[in-house]
Amino acid sequence: MQKFDAFTGNLAVATAMKQINPDVCAAYPITPSTEIMMIFADFVSNGEVNTELVTVESEHSAMSACIGASLAGGRVMTATSSAGLAYMWELLSVASGLRCPIVMTCVNRALSAPLNIHCDHSDAMGARDTGWIQIFSENAQEAYDNVIQAIRIAEHKDVKLPVMVCVDGFIISHSYEKMQYMEDKEVRDFVGEFKPYKSLLNVEKPETFGAMVLPNYYMEFKRQVREGMERARQVILEVGEEFSQRFGRYYSNFENYMLDDADFVFVVMNSAAGTVKHVVKNLREKGIKAGVLKPRVFRPFPFKEIADTLKNSKIICVLDRAETFGAEGGPLYLEIKSALQTIESNPTVINRIFGLGQRDFLPYHVENVFKEMRNYLDSGNIKMFDYVNLRD
Amino acid sequence: MSELKSWREIPKGAVIEEAGNSEEYKTGTWRSFRPIWYKDKCIQCYRCWTFCPDSSILIKEGKVAGINYEYCKGCGICAHECPKKASAIEMVPEKT
Ligand code: SF4
Ligand code: SF4
Repeated sequence: MQKFDAFTGNLAVATAMKQINPDVCAAYPITPSTEIMMIFADFVSNGEVNTELVTVESEHSAMSACIGASLAGGRVMTATSSAGLAYMWELLSVASGLRCPIVMTCVNRALSAPLNIHCDHSDAMGARDTGWIQIFSENAQEAYDNVIQAIRIAEHKDVKLPVMVCVDGFIISHSYEKMQYMEDKEVRDFVGEFKPYKSLLNVEKPETFGAMVLPNYYMEFKRQVREGMERARQVILEVGEEFSQRFGRYYSNFENYMLDDADFVFVVMNSAAGTVKHVVKNLREKGIKAGVLKPRVFRPFPFKEIADTLKNSKIICVLDRAETFGAEGGPLYLEIKSALQTIESNPTVINRIFGLGQRDFLPYHVENVFKEMRNYLDSGNIKMFDYVNLRD
Repeated sequence: MSELKSWREIPKGAVIEEAGNSEEYKTGTWRSFRPIWYKDKCIQCYRCWTFCPDSSILIKEGKVAGINYEYCKGCGICAHECPKKASAIEMVPEKT
């Protein structure tokens, strides 16, 4: 039986963690993710979970402790943001390389300098190539559902990789919204019991973890990580399908919002997708064929399915909430451009950087970009790269 | 070293599944200098045996009896630690 209540994004994630009841959480506080662990620490103190909560002295130590606990055979979860994720960076590829199915929520926040505690995706995008599966969440509901599914994805025998569930700082993490949640037992049945692939604490069969590998084997182990990532494509769909059947909320690789005959397409992740969908709905009411593609899974990037969905559109605007400084465009734009190389048709793709450090991104900003796109179909002129709501 | 395996055949996450398998790794292949032990100069002080990082000083019937070249990596610690008055180990370049 599911119930409705008011949740912030952080409360939604902490609630999912309580229901999952992991063996170990090692964490260090950083805004805006701090509250997840604060709420979770209450659950630990009140005996609502059996989790060993390890309060460490930095994010570098947090991820190190998570890796140790995971290798010891535990189900491990944590959360972080921005500089915290950056400080974990060294350990991110250790976690994937040692095949630790850790589930971490990344409450997206801008990177310094200048210091800014508000939302953008530069933290998660910096970690996109570290061998972590990355799943993005538009709202509290998706964050809750994604964290629960992430356990099944990470621990699947064909995957064995860490998963980062991304959710927008403040916009979602600190805003209350209506959310549907399951009973503890339903969640525990869905995630099942954790069976570690190997365990450091298995004294019957001592094994060595984290040994050095010379040039004659290193590439083979990285190839294995790619294999886990490739297998995850199918596993993510299967877990999403099972979740939909049990709990009635549908999850795939990406959300297709009014895309089927769309000439004008916006590609956007996380909370801003709600704003864009609102504008697109209004455009549809005026008879304009617009649509939104909201990637849910950024790693492994569903390039084939996305290219297939976008092939008949006329112009695509990719909205990036992160900079790449020196590349042709933002990280999502680069993925979409390269995905479209796999098909024959060649829609025009433009890139707009928005919302850095949580700069306002409002419906009229989307409408302005749409006007540029419509004008392009008549005139053939448009800026390929630009910013939204930047004082020029 | 044993024959190199494909990525499909090796344990995920670079786990070493057997304990104590460093024996299979012949560190002797690294050597660019070879220690030569002179039996007649050796005063049996065991300093070389104590310091050798690869347990490559051979002992027979309680006495230093030479070098195990399968594992000796040629670091020269034995020659350095051998007392000056004995100088029973000399490092010579390996022929390439
Ligand atoms: S050269 Fe180094 S490894 Fe070889 S026997 Fe001497 S101390 Fe041991
Ligand atoms: S250190 Fe020199 S003298 Fe002493 S046991 Fe070894 S070879 Fe002999």
